[in-house]
Amino acid sequence: MVKRRTIIRIITYIVLFIGSVVCLIPLIWLIRSSFMETGQIFIIPPEWIPKPFRWQNYIEALSSLPFGRYLLNTLEILIFVEMGTLLTATVCAYSFARLRWPGRDLIFGILLTSLMLPYAVTLIPTFILWKYLRGINTFAPLIIPSWFGGGVFYIFLLRQFFLTIPFELDEAAYIDGASPLYVYWNIILPLAKPAIIVVGIFTFLGVWNDLLGPVIYLNDPDKFTVAIGLAQFVSSYASYWNYLMAAAATMTLPVVILFFVAQRYFIQGITLTGLKG
Amino acid sequence: MSKKKDSLSLSKVEAKWGLILALPAILGFILWTAGPMIASLVLSFTSWDAVTSPKFIGLSNYRKLLIEDPLFKKSLGVTLYYSVGSVPLVLAIAFIVALLLNQKVRGLAFFRTAFYLPSIVPAVASAMIWIWLFNPDFGLLNQFLGIFNLPKLQWIYSETQVIPSLILMSIWGMGGSMIIFLAGLQGVPEQLYEAVEVDGGNWWHKFRYITIPMMTPIIFFNLIMGIIGTLQTFNQAYVMTSGGPNYASLFYVYYLYLNAFNYGAMGYSCALAWILFLIVLGLTLIVLRSSSYWVYYEMGKGR
Repeated sequence: MVKRRTIIRIITYIVLFIGSVVCLIPLIWLIRSSFMETGQIFIIPPEWIPKPFRWQNYIEALSSLPFGRYLLNTLEILIFVEMGTLLTATVCAYSFARLRWPGRDLIFGILLTSLMLPYAVTLIPTFILWKYLRGINTFAPLIIPSWFGGGVFYIFLLRQFFLTIPFELDEAAYIDGASPLYVYWNIILPLAKPAIIVVGIFTFLGVWNDLLGPVIYLNDPDKFTVAIGLAQFVSSYASYWNYLMAAAATMTLPVVILFFVAQRYFIQGITLTGLKG
Repeated sequence: MSKKKDSLSLSKVEAKWGLILALPAILGFILWTAGPMIASLVLSFTSWDAVTSPKFIGLSNYRKLLIEDPLFKKSLGVTLYYSVGSVPLVLAIAFIVALLLNQKVRGLAFFRTAFYLPSIVPAVASAMIWIWLFNPDFGLLNQFLGIFNLPKLQWIYSETQVIPSLILMSIWGMGGSMIIFLAGLQGVPEQLYEAVEVDGGNWWHKFRYITIPMMTPIIFFNLIMGIIGTLQTFNQAYVMTSGGPNYASLFYVYYLYLNAFNYGAMGYSCALAWILFLIVLGLTLIVLRSSSYWVYYEMGKGR
C-alpha cells in the first residue's frame, strides 16, 4: 500500500516535471533565438546557447521600427483606459453591490448578458459610429468605452468583492450622517484595494494584448500600438527570426515582470473570476 | 418617529445615488452593446460599402450566406473544428494538471508558475513564437520529430495540419483554466474526503463522488467561456496564417473582418455577425439547459 503510494507520487512528479518543461521550452526557445546570430539560428540540430551572445538584436530590431513611438502610444491609451475603468467600474459596482434602488438587480442581470455577446456583433456599427464622430486614427475608440463602467466583467468582479465587505460599516456611517459617496470613497474603496489592483492588472493586460481594436481603428503607423506594430513586423521581417524573437520577447517582458511582482493578485484575480461565477 | 423619517430619507438618497452611480454602466450598455446590436441587425438587411448610403435588400445577405457563399460554410466549419478540438482538450489537460498540483506536491510555486506563464504571453508575441516553432525547416517541433526519425510536418503551412497545430498552440495557453480548477480543488472541504475514508472508500470514490461533483460548476464556467472564446478566434488568423492555406484556417471572425474592412461589405458582415451571435446563443443555451443534469450546486451557500 505504502509502496503504491510512493510510485504514484513519483509518477506525479515525473508528469509535472515533463509538463512544465514542455510549457517552458517555447519561452526558452524564444529567448535563445533572440540572442543569436542569423547563422547560428539555422544550425541543425539546434543549439541552445547563443554564441556569441548577440544582445544587439534587441537594439537593431527595436530601432528598425519606431518602437518608442508604439510604446508611448500604448502607454497613452493605457493611462486613460485605466483611469476610466478604475473610476467608473468601482462606482458602478458600488451601486450594484451596496445601494438599494428599484430595478437594480434586473438591470444588473441585463448588463451581465452582454458577457455572452460576441464582440463581433457590435464591431461594425461601433466602427461606423466612430467614423461619423471622426474617431478613426485617434485613440478615442480605444479609450472612451472604458469610461462607461470599464466593461461588465470588471463590474461583476468588483461587485463580488464588495459584497463580502460587512454591511454594518455602511450603516454605521449612515447613522453618523454620511452620504453614499462618502461611504464609497472612505470605506469601500480602501477595503477593496486587492480587487481594484486585480482589475488594474487585467485592464493592463487587455490594453497591452489588444490587437483587433488597433487593427480596426488605427491605420496611421504613427498611431500604432505595440501589438499592431509587432504584428506588422512579422510580415516585413519574415525570415529574420532573431529580430522577430527579440521583438516578441520585448513585448512579453513587461507582462512577465508584472506577473512576478504581483503574482498574488494574478492568482487571486483568476480565482475570483472562476469561483464566484 | 424621527428614526423612521431618517431611514425613509436614506432610502431616497440611496435610490438617487444608486441610479446616478450606475449610470455609466447603463449608458455604456445602451451605447456600446444594445444600440450597436440593433444597428447591426438593421444593417444586416442592407447592402452597404460604408461610403454610399445603405440599400435595403431584405433577406438577400442571409440567403447569400446560407446558399451561395461557400466561404461562410468553410469558415464556420473551420471555427467549429477548432472549438471542438481545443475546448475539451484544454479543459481536460488543465483539470489533470490541477489535480496533480493539488496533491500537496513540493515545489508547487514553481510548477504553478511554469504552467501558468504561457497563458500571459501577449497574443501577438505568442503567435510570433509559434510561427517560429512551426517553421517546417528550422522550427523546434520538426527538429524534435527528427530525433525520433519521424517525418517532418508542415504544421500551419498545410491545409490538413493547420487547425490541429493551432489546437496544440491553444493547449499551451491553458494556464488560466488550470488556475481556476486548482483554486476550486483547494476549496473542496477536507471533511468530505474524510467521510469517504470513514466509509471505506478509495481514491476513485473520492474522485468520482466528491471531486467531480464539487467541481462541476467550475467545469461549467470554463466550458462556456471556452466555447465563447474559441468561436471568436481572430489573432491566429490575422498574425499567423492569413486564413490560409487555401482557407483552411479562415476563422469566422477573421472572415467577418475581411468582409467588413477589406471587401467593404458592411451589410453582409453584419449578417455574419448576427449568425455568429445566434450560434453562440444557441450553444450557450444548450450547455445551460444541460447543466441541470450535470452541474451540482451546493445548497444554501449564500448569495
